Amino acid sequence: MIEVRNLVKRFGSRDALKGINLHIEKGMIFALVGADGAGKTTLLRTLAGILTPDDGEISILGRDIIKDPECAKEHIGYLSQRFSLNPSLTVAENIDFFGALFQVPYGEREKRTKRLMEFSRLGPFRDRQAGKLSGGMKQKLALCCALIHTPDILLLDEPTTGVDPISRRELWEILYDLLGEGVTIVVSTPYMDEAERAGEIMLIHNGRAVISGTLDQLKASYRYFLFEAVCDQNRQALRLVSDHLGKNRVMFFGDRLHIALNDGSESAGIKSLLENSGIQILSLLKIDPGLEDIFIQETSGDN
Amino acid sequence: MTINDGNDKPAVWVKNLTRKFGDFTAVDNISFNVGKGEIFGFLGPNGAGKSTTIRMLCGIIEQTSGDGYVGGYSIRGENDRIKKITGYMSQKFSLYNDLTPAENLEFYSGVYGMPAAKRRERMEWALEMSGLESRRHDLTGDLPQGFKQRLALGAAILHQPSILFLDEPTAGVDPLSRRDFWELIYSLSASGVTVFVTTHYMDEAEHCDRIAFIDKGILIKLDTPRALKNLQLSGRIFEIIAAEWLKAFNLLRNERRGFGEVSLFGTKIHLNFIGDDFSAVESLLREKNIPVESARHIPPSLEDVFVALLRPAQISDYEG
Ligand SMILES: Nc1ncnc2c1ncn2[C@@H]1O[C@H](COP(=O)(O)OP(=O)(O)OP(=O)(O)O)[C@@H](O)[C@H]1O
Ligand SMILES: [Mg+2]
Repeated sequence: MIEVRNLVKRFGSRDALKGINLHIEKGMIFALVGADGAGKTTLLRTLAGILTPDDGEISILGRDIIKDPECAKEHIGYLSQRFSLNPSLTVAENIDFFGALFQVPYGEREKRTKRLMEFSRLGPFRDRQAGKLSGGMKQKLALCCALIHTPDILLLDEPTTGVDPISRRELWEILYDLLGEGVTIVVSTPYMDEAERAGEIMLIHNGRAVISGTLDQLKASYRYFLFEAVCDQNRQALRLVSDHLGKNRVMFFGDRLHIALNDGSESAGIKSLLENSGIQILSLLKIDPGLEDIFIQETSGDN
Repeated sequence: MTINDGNDKPAVWVKNLTRKFGDFTAVDNISFNVGKGEIFGFLGPNGAGKSTTIRMLCGIIEQTSGDGYVGGYSIRGENDRIKKITGYMSQKFSLYNDLTPAENLEFYSGVYGMPAAKRRERMEWALEMSGLESRRHDLTGDLPQGFKQRLALGAAILHQPSILFLDEPTAGVDPLSRRDFWELIYSLSASGVTVFVTTHYMDEAEHCDRIAFIDKGILIKLDTPRALKNLQLSGRIFEIIAAEWLKAFNLLRNERRGFGEVSLFGTKIHLNFIGDDFSAVESLLREKNIPVESARHIPPSLEDVFVALLRPAQISDYEG
């Protein structure tokens, strides 16, 4: 469905993409994650036919979109990170505008709008001007506009940034529904828990794909023995372990610490390190890494 | 985490604060205090009234009714004083993309009316803190999001405010940069600065001393993260792990009314189970041939609490 070979994009002297390869099958969710400025937006904009790459090949639905950027556009829906709504149109008018633009039949538009209002909770505000919405409400309206039609391929650049935890969940439920209809979705996100739910994940770092594959494949590439610790004084515990192992080997995960060890037997040393400093360990368990742990391994300076 | 400097007045004191836009009430009669040096999390769904509250406290917009004191100064009429002792990082990026980081800081030091002698020193400090010394001559617009946010923080604290308002400072920031950013927040708090912060990342909210949940302009809960997690929820949280998690999730979300709210945490399913006998869930999954790796009752995370407190209310509201 989407086939990318050796994609290169430069901005002046900066290489934004340094040879990306991609293969995305029809009807899957593909997640792009990466540090700030890694190249996710550039990649999505190149796939959307908005940027012309300096080198490489892109074929979408069997067509070469570098030679013919227009041909793929009718199949692609793209939500940019900086999607611009018309601030003086109301919520309902903005959605209608895009419904008309994408030529969504009236009955379908009604149905869609209802569903989107449910997720976004913008129903009570349908007559409010877009410019007067809160930050997250604007982002959700932009999503509603992008989702009013059903393209074959949906490219979403950080759709949930600024979106609250409840709407974030409901947006994903909409994505699953679209997936059920056979839509192919490529989504970038700073939320690792969202990316974990994609069929495949690619981690981009400095314009290169560092790792990519299913969550299980990525987990298999994790080099450390990961321990989760809960202590009575988490903050002090973090300091101690970080001085001992290095800054990027111990991280807060909410009210817990994740400690990446070279060897499972090192955990005894950590235990006495903490206890000797008067810190009480409430639990210390070996756990499976999540995508966030893998992200940290791949992007922190320790490599 | 109140800093005892002999002056125990709260850093922020809010009483019956209300803001209307026309006949719509964005902030509805809220009251709370924030202690000196405290990290105070202000959480709620989109449109809850978080930014509106912050903008009233920073003296950017006026309240419709009610009172507020920031650093001992009234938001009715002492806004000039308040601006001197507060730093504000707005939700919308407020630096100039076509200026360099150094030029942006220069601009802000002018806005704050800082004495020339002090400017240089503070600007250098801010560049160092944001890790931008080597990129001081790049255009701000070309910086990665994480750096932009740190620069914005640097600009907000250039004049060494004692109270800091951060409106979604880590939106769109990657996991490592978010942690770096929070390190900065801690060190500011440790040095006595009061931090009032909004976020949609519940793992960050865990690091606040206290958290206020607001919804539709109304303050619905205010407590420490620990106490919030001990709240009596409508049900018990069960974590279900299954290889075919999406199938299981889709199945359970159709049973929402009988079993309770279900949501995904990564690929793990959390069910806020409202029934008595959890084996009903297990037999349904078995019936549909969805093998379960593990299913256990777990203590709620802050995100569970957020969802449990705010989701049902919103749903019934929409239908009503
Ligand atoms: N100038 C305005 N005119 C009319 N309504 C407004 C105006 N400014 C804000 N509102 C409304 O006030 C409510 C609260 O907005 P606010 O920006 O405070 O929300 P928030 O909690 O910060 O949300 P988010 O998480 O999305 O940033 C929203 O319904 C918003 O549309
Ligand atoms: Mg806001």
